[in-house]
Amino acid sequence: MKLPRRLLAAALGIALAVGATAHAASVEILNVSYDVAREFYKDVNAQFVPFWKQQTGDEVTVNQSHAGSSKQARAVIDGLAADVVTMNQQTDVDAIAKAGLLSQDWRKAFPYNAAPYGSTIIFLVRKGNPKNIKDWDDLVKDGVQLAIVNPKTGGNGRYSYLGAWAYAKRKYGSDQKAQEFVGTLFRNAPVLDAGGRAATTTFIQRGIGDALLTFESEVLQIAREFSKDEFQVVVPSLSVDADAPVAVVDKVVEQKGTRKVAEGYLNFLYSDEGQRIAARHYLRPRKPEILAEYKAVFAPIELVTVEEAFGGWARAQAEHFADGGTFDQIYAPGK
Amino acid sequence: MAAVIKRHSVLPGFGPALGFALVYLGLIVLIPLSAAFLKTAGLSWEAFWTTVTAPRVLASYRLTFGASLLAASLNAVFGLIVAWVLVRYPFPGKKLVDALVDLPFALPTAVAGIALTALYAQNGWIGQYLPFKIAFTPIGVVVALTFIGLPFVVRTVQPVLEDFDRDVEEAAAALGASRWQTFVRVIFPAIAPALLTGFAMAFARALGEYGSVIFIAGNVPMVSEITPLIIISKLEQYDYTGATAVAVVMLVISFVLLLVINGLQWWSGRRAAATV
Repeated sequence: MKLPRRLLAAALGIALAVGATAHAASVEILNVSYDVAREFYKDVNAQFVPFWKQQTGDEVTVNQSHAGSSKQARAVIDGLAADVVTMNQQTDVDAIAKAGLLSQDWRKAFPYNAAPYGSTIIFLVRKGNPKNIKDWDDLVKDGVQLAIVNPKTGGNGRYSYLGAWAYAKRKYGSDQKAQEFVGTLFRNAPVLDAGGRAATTTFIQRGIGDALLTFESEVLQIAREFSKDEFQVVVPSLSVDADAPVAVVDKVVEQKGTRKVAEGYLNFLYSDEGQRIAARHYLRPRKPEILAEYKAVFAPIELVTVEEAFGGWARAQAEHFADGGTFDQIYAPGK
Repeated sequence: MAAVIKRHSVLPGFGPALGFALVYLGLIVLIPLSAAFLKTAGLSWEAFWTTVTAPRVLASYRLTFGASLLAASLNAVFGLIVAWVLVRYPFPGKKLVDALVDLPFALPTAVAGIALTALYAQNGWIGQYLPFKIAFTPIGVVVALTFIGLPFVVRTVQPVLEDFDRDVEEAAAALGASRWQTFVRVIFPAIAPALLTGFAMAFARALGEYGSVIFIAGNVPMVSEITPLIIISKLEQYDYTGATAVAVVMLVISFVLLLVINGLQWWSGRRAAATV
């Protein structure tokens, strides 16, 4: 008599468990993102899952996919079913919008132009700063060597280029002067790495270059991992705002019925908690009060946006980085 | 024509086998490649021509084809020596060396690129003793391409050398040929077709290589950009047609070069057959 009773109890237990899960829906969403954001979104997801459970009772699983930002955008265009995209450059989301997967005015869907956090370009120099590099001006001097990412293949290369341009235009007053300035700067780079991590390796492991130009998030991370007397962080007087845009992929969430959780996920990035996670990963939070909490981490710096200084990304891309643009002219034969 | 071949074939199943071969080649090779040609068809002839003859692109063809030819030639010489040593001489650890030859096949190319860069950079184990730069110059590109191409030559020459009849060599010696004459007149013609195959494979592999080269090249426009990098950077700008246009040019040049090498191989194979 004992055995059947036990069986009954087990069956009841199973029924209860099944009932419970049926009651609280379980959803899965996919966040398609760029390369170096893997750790950041791992932390975000760890906080978002309990938050969402508490808010709605739903069990959410956030899957991550990371690779080069533009590669990921192409994958989404080609059919990778992303509920949300979190990129590091506006042009990548624009490309998805152009393919009709999300609304053209996605920038208005979330606060701060749909960019919950951002970064900027700063410098890392060798210990004691032997070349005395303090600002962009010092990078174009004779005998200074730079480690930069190729603007044709990497977002931080493009932002480095635009940062130098914005600085020179402000200081010397014309686009022509700015073009000369940026040309000199890039001729000081013996190596143009294809991506951010490769440039870091070139600078740190291969010992090439007096200064590394890359995202602040990368520079601060290196400075933390290596002892202070190996490298020094240099913050220029002005740099370019590299905001990281996010968007809900309308076509996918409508088909899967995941709009609510997808929007909840992106909104979570704007919550105090989400903003603090960003700051802990050395990404500049947008909320002024959270940024103020971390003022020891993020040095004050004048940031110009691509919209203000270059009339938007589409124009900057066409004028500077497309074939035959100002970047190509640096390497044109006879120069 | 098909009927003629069929009549002469003693093996059954020619029809289905050929059918399978064609379908397979079509699915795996021809359809993806024709997609590249179709995409390029969206460009006007003028736009196509300016894209594929831009100075930066021309410089990349020179580097890619030049470095690939050089690397394949180096492999033809040294791969032949490796194969010769592996076949002809017994020595301790031979099995280990034999296995080592395949490593460049198995290693992820990015790992190879990073390892080679670490060795040949100016603060690297080898680089610091050299009077000239290797990493971040076109020489670095040749080094990486030589590394990834080595197994092709060794693995194509090795079996032919193993099967080579010792009697023929002994006959040559008995007829008064010197060791050198025996090698040049008897052995070399027999392995030349295999050597050419290995050369062609190493060359073709080098043309398309991206992962390892990207770390060691330095990627400076006009100096050390390979053609695959040009294609990637065009894709990065969502310039699909430009990227496929360059790819099509690469495909056509590669195809012609491989055709020439295959022709040479056929010719040397016939000569070898005629002399034996």
